[in-house]
Amino acid sequence: MNNYIISGSPHVHGNESTKKIMYSVIIAMMPAFLFSIYYFGFDAVRVTLISVAACVLVEWLIQKYLVKGQNTISDGSAIVTGMLLAFNLPSNIPAWMIIVGAIVAIGIGKMSFGGLGNNPFNPALVGRVFMLISFPVAMTTWPTPQPIFGEALTDAVTGPTLLGHIKEGLAQGIAANELTAEEIINPLIYSGSLGEIGSIAIIIGGIFLIIRKVIDWQTPVIIIATVAIISTVCWLIDPVQFVNPMIHIFGGGLMLGAFFMATDMATSPMTMSGKIIFAIGIGALTIIIRLWGAYPEGMSFAILIMNAFVPLINKVCKPKRFGNTVKK
Amino acid sequence: MNPKKTFPKGGVHPEENKLSSEQPIITFPIPKQAIIPLGQCLGAPAEAIVKKGDEVKVGQLIGTARGFISANVHSSVSGKVTKVDEVMDHTGYRKPAIFIDVEGDEWLEDIDTSDTLIKDITLSREEIIDRVKNHGIVGMGGATFPTNVKLSIPKDKKAEFVIINAAECEPYLTCDNRLLLEKPNEFLVGVKVVMKAVDAPKAIIGIEVNKIKAAELLDNIIKGDSYFSGIEVQPLQTKYPQGGEKQLIKACTGREVPSGKLPIETGCVVVNVASTYAIYEAVQKNKPLISRVVTVTGKSVKKPSNFLVRFGTSSMELIEAAGGLPENITNIINGGPMMGKSVSISDFPVIKGTSGILVMTDKEAQPRQVGNCLRCGKCINACPMGLEPYLLSRQAKNNLFEDTEASNIMDCIECGSCEFTCPANIPLLDYIRYGKNKTGQIIRSRNQK
Repeated sequence: MNNYIISGSPHVHGNESTKKIMYSVIIAMMPAFLFSIYYFGFDAVRVTLISVAACVLVEWLIQKYLVKGQNTISDGSAIVTGMLLAFNLPSNIPAWMIIVGAIVAIGIGKMSFGGLGNNPFNPALVGRVFMLISFPVAMTTWPTPQPIFGEALTDAVTGPTLLGHIKEGLAQGIAANELTAEEIINPLIYSGSLGEIGSIAIIIGGIFLIIRKVIDWQTPVIIIATVAIISTVCWLIDPVQFVNPMIHIFGGGLMLGAFFMATDMATSPMTMSGKIIFAIGIGALTIIIRLWGAYPEGMSFAILIMNAFVPLINKVCKPKRFGNTVKK
Repeated sequence: MNPKKTFPKGGVHPEENKLSSEQPIITFPIPKQAIIPLGQCLGAPAEAIVKKGDEVKVGQLIGTARGFISANVHSSVSGKVTKVDEVMDHTGYRKPAIFIDVEGDEWLEDIDTSDTLIKDITLSREEIIDRVKNHGIVGMGGATFPTNVKLSIPKDKKAEFVIINAAECEPYLTCDNRLLLEKPNEFLVGVKVVMKAVDAPKAIIGIEVNKIKAAELLDNIIKGDSYFSGIEVQPLQTKYPQGGEKQLIKACTGREVPSGKLPIETGCVVVNVASTYAIYEAVQKNKPLISRVVTVTGKSVKKPSNFLVRFGTSSMELIEAAGGLPENITNIINGGPMMGKSVSISDFPVIKGTSGILVMTDKEAQPRQVGNCLRCGKCINACPMGLEPYLLSRQAKNNLFEDTEASNIMDCIECGSCEFTCPANIPLLDYIRYGKNKTGQIIRSRNQK
């Protein structure tokens, strides 16, 4: 007798794989990573390496000693989480805090639910928000960018983020148009996390992912459009209270969140109609938190809140069934 | 020709691999022994009406249909019946079959074996359907549903379109393409016969543009001969599963077969190319279904070929003629790679549904490591029926058959696009088939109450 493989059809496969998807995301993050190195020098490399190494190690340890399942570390998803977490951090954050963040991100955010694909919340954001609440000072003290080439524009060692600066200014009663009169989006004046600093680099990576069909274009575009529309309307009504919408679009973590975190497969809805609702929700919540909330930045909270709605959205937003048209 | 069309939702683009599309059909030598299984169609197997020692001729009835969904079986060779016994067929089960030792090639006298094209259709509607039934014609795309049942339109329904399934969307297979290129006139007369049988004024030949030569050839013949008026060639985008019955109707007419209903609800009757040709032969030449074109192919096969094969010929002989079994064979597939069935033996009799024999090596058919579902939604985008394969497979895996029913599992056409596209290599269709099977049982037992 021959030993042929008996398997159900189909017998060919489209050669898509989890690995390919994850490594595409890693490649797509490279422009932003290089940008952050340019601005923050060696510190950017330090933060990213520690974060990635910690995430990978934590996942490996949990797989080996707690879950005792098939080891999936090579699929690259822990590297993605590690890089995303690093992109959410200031470049001068102490190493031990990064490690705590990685343990929370992978241990609680991902592995406690059963690993890849089973987590309801974006692990990197779980880690980031945990760190933001636990280490508020370290997480909001931003070193001023010191470009590798050329000189730094200020002598200050730490500076606020653009959105933080505006929030503070508005709280002190300074008019929004004065706050932004001269200094519109110059990353060299305002600081931020590693991934916050280079919106253009994030967009380049995002377009790469859209071309590779790893993510759809609708989610990021709708998030950005929602933010743009609400902030423009507010700005047109009252330019003293609200800043130029460009600042909301290119400032803060909007681009990073829209292209890399809201599009996370496991934590976003399955159907296109669901994704549209999800994206509008993120955009609206982000700008509401930014304009009226206590935090200058609302992207991570918005994504986490909408993550919680995903099972509900999936239940309601079904694909259009073939042949279910009402017909006599 | 019309501009090309397609079905709107889902589908995938597997590598086409039409290796044998330039290979003319070779008439395969008559085997020394023919093993003709009695179950060659969907439904009940036929009942043997010959016994050991009987002399049979080519085209002689040797098995009669039992029940409504069943088809007659005819001898494909002439010679002596040596036994009526069981044989392991492509399903891997032992099934009753008639073993015939071949002597010469003697046909029944009333069969027209000449090559003359006969255009005049003298039989009436009822006579055509009777002929199709008596001559054992079934859907030759692989599903092997008795064609006479399809052609018998219910009293309260009306057929508007005959749709010829020439999509051949399965990768590798080229048998329909070759038949269209080499027997276009016979095929088109067959279309006219089907139109007459179901009393439809129009016929649409849905053909994927990767067979553009065949499409142009047919189009030219139709335009040059008013006899063929009413037939239209409709080019379709090369996309799998373009040849799925419901997808084909949607692409050609824009109509959607309602969930759980048959194509006739939309006024369409869909017939496959090989079946249409068989109908021509049966009705115009009085020739029962005793042979078909089989594509023998595979990346490691030396000479991918299209053979015209008498039923009951061993698949191994075909593989030998195509250059022999290559090394490192892991899969032999009866049909195409997307919907064909893998077989456990390399030696099984060719029957009415054998559209292709595909040989795959370990490189192509390596089992892949299954990972966690990423909830990426690719399966939803690929599903041409608008289902949620990830959800269905999970519900089926957990035996939640009320949920699978509510999620429309019975609408699944088992095309495998979901599994093809899954990055985590989850055997989605295996779970869904299991769920469909169980859910179907539950629905049937409920309906009986």
